[in-house]
Amino acid sequence: MIPQTEREHTFNSENGKAVVFASDYLNKLSGEKIERECKTKLDAGFKTLEVNFKQTEIVNSIAISILLGVIDAASNAGAKVIFSQVNEETVELFETLGLTNHVKLEN
Amino acid sequence: MSENQIKLVHTFSALAEIGQEVTNKRNFQEMIRTSLHLLLGSLAIMRGGVARFSRYGHELNMLAVRGLGEDFPLSLSLCQEDERQFLTAGLTAIEISQAKMLPLFHVYDQSFDSRKLELLIPLIIRDEFLGVILLGEKANGEPYSAYDKDIICAMARHIGVGIQQRNMMSELERKAQENLKLYDDLRLTYKDTVKSFAAAIDCKDKYTEGHSVRVGKYSELIAFELGWEEKEVEGAAVAGYLHDVGKLAVDRSIINSPLRLNASENIQLSKHPAVGYEILSPIHHPFTDVPLAAKYHHERLDGRGYPDGLLDHEIPYIAKIVNLADSFDAMTTDRPYKRRRNAEDVIIDMSENSGKQFAPELVSAFCRSMLKELTNEKKDKKFRRSLGKDYLDSEKIVPMLKEVLNNRNGTSYLTNVAS
Repeated sequence: MIPQTEREHTFNSENGKAVVFASDYLNKLSGEKIERECKTKLDAGFKTLEVNFKQTEIVNSIAISILLGVIDAASNAGAKVIFSQVNEETVELFETLGLTNHVKLEN
Repeated sequence: MSENQIKLVHTFSALAEIGQEVTNKRNFQEMIRTSLHLLLGSLAIMRGGVARFSRYGHELNMLAVRGLGEDFPLSLSLCQEDERQFLTAGLTAIEISQAKMLPLFHVYDQSFDSRKLELLIPLIIRDEFLGVILLGEKANGEPYSAYDKDIICAMARHIGVGIQQRNMMSELERKAQENLKLYDDLRLTYKDTVKSFAAAIDCKDKYTEGHSVRVGKYSELIAFELGWEEKEVEGAAVAGYLHDVGKLAVDRSIINSPLRLNASENIQLSKHPAVGYEILSPIHHPFTDVPLAAKYHHERLDGRGYPDGLLDHEIPYIAKIVNLADSFDAMTTDRPYKRRRNAEDVIIDMSENSGKQFAPELVSAFCRSMLKELTNEKKDKKFRRSLGKDYLDSEKIVPMLKEVLNNRNGTSYLTNVAS
């Protein structure tokens, strides 16, 4: 089972894939930490980054900017990004803004 | 919700947030970083940066960057033509392709091109050029629409106001620092002048050389021991330095007389406090009580002092301090008609006159200060420097000082020592 808490983002690595839990961190400046940790995983050689939105109710502009940073870093490292367990409203937002051009959505 | 509605809600939320963010005065860097996130995130812009214009260096210094890479220049030099063009354009979103005639691009064209930068927004607030925002391509790959540019300009205006506020704060801080330095310089000048005055006063009296300076130091020690603030302690020292300024108007033959003064000479000498007050009153001192200390430093709590025979509560506190410091120095220095008294006698005298001539709490403060020096609780040896190395015998003095401090009213031990 993947460890997760209500307030904290955590990483889990499985089958060459790094999984990050976005939680509410993503909507604040402190969300930059998630981006930095994603870059660390990419530097470590992971070729797939999965951002899990199970505990993320809303996504604001700060979160979008941070996610774009993750997408850019993954693109530079030749890795792919998966957004998983995204709620319907957030999916619509990602589609409207064009993030779905760069990531794969999974349930 | 339709796609347009989703976009509208998202961008307006970002606009509202950025408005709040620029009022964050706690951390400017954080405010800029957050604002850049909000701007990029509102329209899903892949990369960008905010730079502040330095009019001193004529350069743009990057305050926050996203996705521009580590080798993007953190400082971009500008020439006057760039500044002029930005001011002419005003706060507007300029397509990089249209801005390439600017001298700025002759130098940094490659840096801009390799990062796929598409928009440049000069931050102009009230005709002041404050910086620029650089923006790269959107995540959806579409060109910027007129609506996008309006949103960007609205958000850029907030960021510009934030930078302008910060600039104003920095300017205020710089001016405050400058004023503080000027004030310190003035204080030093004042202090030097006061010391020169004290030296001039002491020059007139060959028997009491250094008296004013010592009274200044003792007054300072008392005030410090009372827990006064630094500025007040400095004021007490100044009052001590200048307390005898009135002696400048007394005939030198009277001041230097090796004999006891006659009645007429005494009358002349006793005018020096009032004369001192007249001399010091017109001066605008940073410490208000200096003239009063000069006027009343010969008053006693029991009303037997001069010039006005004031009682305890009528005597300004600073004058009581200077009185004790002055009396201590008079007792511990040689005079034309008598040798100085030994330290034990002086402490007994102060203790016996506590409540009569001297304020008891000031006697305590004075004794406490001396005790701290003799027991090495204080490193600075001001008493020893003023009185001479061998004058204070710690073995004898320390128990006496402790007795005075433990039993301010009971003088049994001291009386026994005296007898």
